[in-house]
Amino acid sequence: MHPYDLPDERGHFGRYGGVFVAETLMTALEELKTEYAKAKADPAFMAEFHHELAHYVGRPSPIYHAQRWSAALGGAQIYLKREDLNHTGAHKINNAIGQALLARRMGKKRVIAETGAGQHGVATATVAARYGMECIVYMGAEDVQRQAPNVFRMKLLGATVVPVESGSRTLKDALNEAMRDWVTNVDSTFYILGTAAGPHPYPMIVRDFVSVIGEECLTQMPAMLGRQPDAVVACVGGGSNAIGIFYPYIPHPDVRLIGVEAGGDGVETGRHAAPLNAGRPGVLHGARMYLMQDENGQIAETHSVSAGLDYPGVGPEHSYLKDIGRAEYVAVTDSEALAAFDDLCRFEGIIPALESSHALAYAKKLAPTLPADQVILVNLSGRGDKDINTVARMRGLEL
Amino acid sequence: MDNRIDRCFAGLQGRKALIPFITAGDPDATQTVPLMQALVAGGADIIELGIPFSDPMADGPTIQRASERALQRGMTLNKVLALVAEFRQHNQHTPVVLMGYLNPLEAMGYAEFAAAAQAAGVDGVLTVDCPPEEADELAPALQAQGLAPVFLVAPTTPLARVQALAKHAQGYVYYVSLKGVTGAATLDPQAVAQRVNELKTLIPLPIGVGFGIRDAASARAIGEAADAVVIGSRLVEEIERSGAQAAHNLTEFLSGIRAALDA
Repeated sequence: MHPYDLPDERGHFGRYGGVFVAETLMTALEELKTEYAKAKADPAFMAEFHHELAHYVGRPSPIYHAQRWSAALGGAQIYLKREDLNHTGAHKINNAIGQALLARRMGKKRVIAETGAGQHGVATATVAARYGMECIVYMGAEDVQRQAPNVFRMKLLGATVVPVESGSRTLKDALNEAMRDWVTNVDSTFYILGTAAGPHPYPMIVRDFVSVIGEECLTQMPAMLGRQPDAVVACVGGGSNAIGIFYPYIPHPDVRLIGVEAGGDGVETGRHAAPLNAGRPGVLHGARMYLMQDENGQIAETHSVSAGLDYPGVGPEHSYLKDIGRAEYVAVTDSEALAAFDDLCRFEGIIPALESSHALAYAKKLAPTLPADQVILVNLSGRGDKDINTVARMRGLEL
Repeated sequence: MDNRIDRCFAGLQGRKALIPFITAGDPDATQTVPLMQALVAGGADIIELGIPFSDPMADGPTIQRASERALQRGMTLNKVLALVAEFRQHNQHTPVVLMGYLNPLEAMGYAEFAAAAQAAGVDGVLTVDCPPEEADELAPALQAQGLAPVFLVAPTTPLARVQALAKHAQGYVYYVSLKGVTGAATLDPQAVAQRVNELKTLIPLPIGVGFGIRDAASARAIGEAADAVVIGSRLVEEIERSGAQAAHNLTEFLSGIRAALDA
C-alpha cells in the first residue's frame, strides 16, 4: 500500500505541481490526462509497453555488486542498478517509449522533445524512428557544443536538432522553446517531456513509466541479498531517474532515499544547480517546485559539469518528498563527481554518465561511514560515452 | 467593481478600445513613462505593460528580446510598479494592466504585490502562465485591492471552460487569436470574428483580441467583432528599431491604427 495517492486530480503534490501554462495548452493537457488514464487501464497498452521494454530496451536491467570499489572504499557495499545497459544507454528510453506509444494511440505523428545532456533527445529520436514519427529536438546551444556525439546520434536517427540561442542556452531554454513549438502546433504534435517536471499530468506520467526501475529493484534485491537495500541513491536534475527508483521504495520506510543534486563549484559559491539544497519554491515550466531564483523571482543561471543536471528546477514530487522528509537531498561538486567517474572506470570497468557520477560521488562519501554489511543501491542512470569529450577537455585534451 | 478599466469600456460609446503593449524597462527604465505617454497620445485606451521575465515561454523572439534588454538593465517587479506610479503622476485616467508570468509575483507575495500594485495605480493583472484553476490565491488577492484579474481565452478553449473562466474574470477577457506565441504570423479575421461572437454569448465582459495584429488593416478587421484590439510585438519592434525616435514613431503608428478603428 502506497503511503500517498498523489498527485491529486489537479496535479498537486501538496503545494507543488499543478498546471501553470498558457491557456492554449490547457485543453491539450486535459486531453493527455484523459488519454493516459485510459491507456493505463488498458491491458493491451501496458502489455505492449512491457513487451517493448523487454525486447527493444533489454529489460530487466541487472543489478551489479561493485565489489572492488566497495572494498577500496572500506564500508557499505555498493550495488549499481544498470540503467546504462539499456538501449540508447540511459534510463530515458523507458519514458520515451511510454510517451511515444501514447502519442501513437492519440494519433499524433509529430513528436517534440527538449534535451540537456542529449540522452532524452536520443531516446526520443530513437522511438520516433521506431514508430515512424517526425521528431524535433530542442537543445540549448551550449549543450549542443558540449554534447556533440549525442547531437550526431540524433541526426543519424532522423531527428531535427534545433539549437536554442535564447537565455542561458541550456536545458531550461530548450524547454521554453519546446513549449513554444507545442503551443504553435498543438493539434498535430505530442510533446515527449523528458523529466518528471512540467505541467500535470507529465510528472505523473514520467514517474509511472520510469518506475519500472524501482519495481525491478524491489524483486531483484531480495533475490540477490534476501533483503532490500539500506539506502537508494540517485542523481537529481529534473528528477526522472531518481523518482523512477524512489517511487516504489516510498512505502518501505527502512530504506533511505537520497537524491544528489549538482553542486557545481560548491553550493556556497552560488555556481551550482541544486534547487532543493539552495533554492525556494516558485513557478516555472508549468509547475510549482523548488527553484533557483533571485530575490525578484527571475530564474537564476545554473552551473554543472553535467548538462543533464544543469536545470534550475526540480520535479514537484521531489519537492514534496523533501518537505515531508521521506527523501533526503544532498549535493556534490563537479570535482567530486569527476573523481567518482574515474573510480568507476578504474575499479569496475564501467564508464558512467557525468549525471550518474553525482550519485556515485555521494555513495563514495556515504559508504565509508557505514558498516560493511550495509547496502547502498545506486541508480547508474546512464553510460558515459557521451561525456568523454567533456572529461578530456577538463584535462586539457582535445580528442 | 468599478475601476478605470470598467469606466474606460463604459465610456467608449461604440468605439473600439485600442490596447498597446510594451515591456517595462525596454530599452531602459527612463524610456518607459515617456513611451506610455506616447501611446496615450497615439490613442491608447488601455496600456498593457509587460513585466520582464527570464523565461517568457509564451512569447516570440521580439518580446523575448525586449525582456532580455529590460532585465540586463536591472528591471524588477518593484521598479515596474514605480514606473506605473510615475506614469500616474501625469495621467489619472488611462487604465494600466500588468502582463507577465507568475513567478515574480509569487516571489513578492500575492497580497503584498496586490497592495503595492493598487498603490501604484495599476488596474488589472494578466499572468500568462496562471490559468483560473491555479488562480485561487492570486485572483482573490487582486480582487481584494480592486484590481481586475484578466484571463486569456484561446482558440483551443472549449465552450464549457469559457463559461467557468467567465466567473473569475474581470475587466476584460483577452482572446488569443491564434495558436502560437506572441508576434506569430498571420491571423484569420473571419475565424476570429466567429469565435468572438460566440464568446460574447458566454462572457458578460468586453472581449479584447491580440496576437498577430500588425497593421491598420488587421486591426480594423479584428475590431469589426472585438471590443478591443491588442497590439504588442509590432510596437516592441518599433522600439527596438527606432532608438531616440521611438516615442514619436509609436504615437504616429498608433494614430494610424486609431484612425482605422474609428473610421
